[in-house]
Amino acid sequence: MIGPELFPNGIARYAIGGALIGGGVAFIYLSTGIIAGASTFLESTLSYVSSVPRFNRGSYVASRDWRVVFTLGIVLGAAVYAVGWQGGAWTTDVQWWRLLGGGVLVGVGTRLGKGCTSGHGVCGVGSMSRTSLVNVATFMAIAIGTAQLVQALGVTP
Amino acid sequence: MSRNGAAFYLTVLVGGLIFGFGLAYSHMARPEVVLNFLQFDDLGLLFVMGGAAVVSGVAFAVATRLRGRAPLTGEEYVRRLKSFDRNVVAGGAIFGVGWGVSGICPGAAYASVGIGNWPILWAIGGMFLGAYAQGYLRSQLTDASAGPTAAD
Repeated sequence: MIGPELFPNGIARYAIGGALIGGGVAFIYLSTGIIAGASTFLESTLSYVSSVPRFNRGSYVASRDWRVVFTLGIVLGAAVYAVGWQGGAWTTDVQWWRLLGGGVLVGVGTRLGKGCTSGHGVCGVGSMSRTSLVNVATFMAIAIGTAQLVQALGVTP
Repeated sequence: MSRNGAAFYLTVLVGGLIFGFGLAYSHMARPEVVLNFLQFDDLGLLFVMGGAAVVSGVAFAVATRLRGRAPLTGEEYVRRLKSFDRNVVAGGAIFGVGWGVSGICPGAAYASVGIGNWPILWAIGGMFLGAYAQGYLRSQLTDASAGPTAAD
């Protein structure tokens, strides 16, 4: 194919949405000094119900309440968009087994790797952290290869 | 001043609201949009992640240079700097496979619940399973290497 369309949906919604994501991080940071990533919630929330030592580290127990509030805020903010702009609910066509299997790997990988798309990708890159830049470069390259392989195997979307 | 009180939690909630609205507005809360990016059909996601990093990066840079303290907690402003070890690469690689298979990451998954995408609960259940499995195994390994007695 000649002359591929790199941005078939324009860039405005992506750039505005991205600026808002960074704006939410900046608002919390400037008010409280807290750098909010999304994936620590997975472990800190487990400390409510599990006695596994790793989940009950001081930093997790101390932050688990505000992380629940932060996550509730994320759900509510997206719901505001769904009601006001999206015109109701939207559901994915990605198969349940991909969501479940991919979710397990995301749960393992983000916790082992000390962060996710928001912790490393937004906050770490925003901090010019070399650790985060290496992590982001790794998950980007592997994710592109994986998604292309999935597509080549004829699995859609 | 500390991390408690109504003003603190209200601030975190509002920050989460802006964050989640941005994820929905950018369409990153939809796995298909992430997959379209990874498969080079629409590179718009670059602007989502880049835009977010630039805005938060400006906040980090300004706040750390002014050397003030956060008004609600009295905490010092610091950058997000994590130590580097091979787990950073191994974890990133495992996350990359999961992201490429499903098109979903933690923050976007929470926002996806908000846009009414109920099948995403499969992914969130999977994330908790994965987070539990690695935490359980790593706690076992730590016990085994630190404890004087052999594991049963």
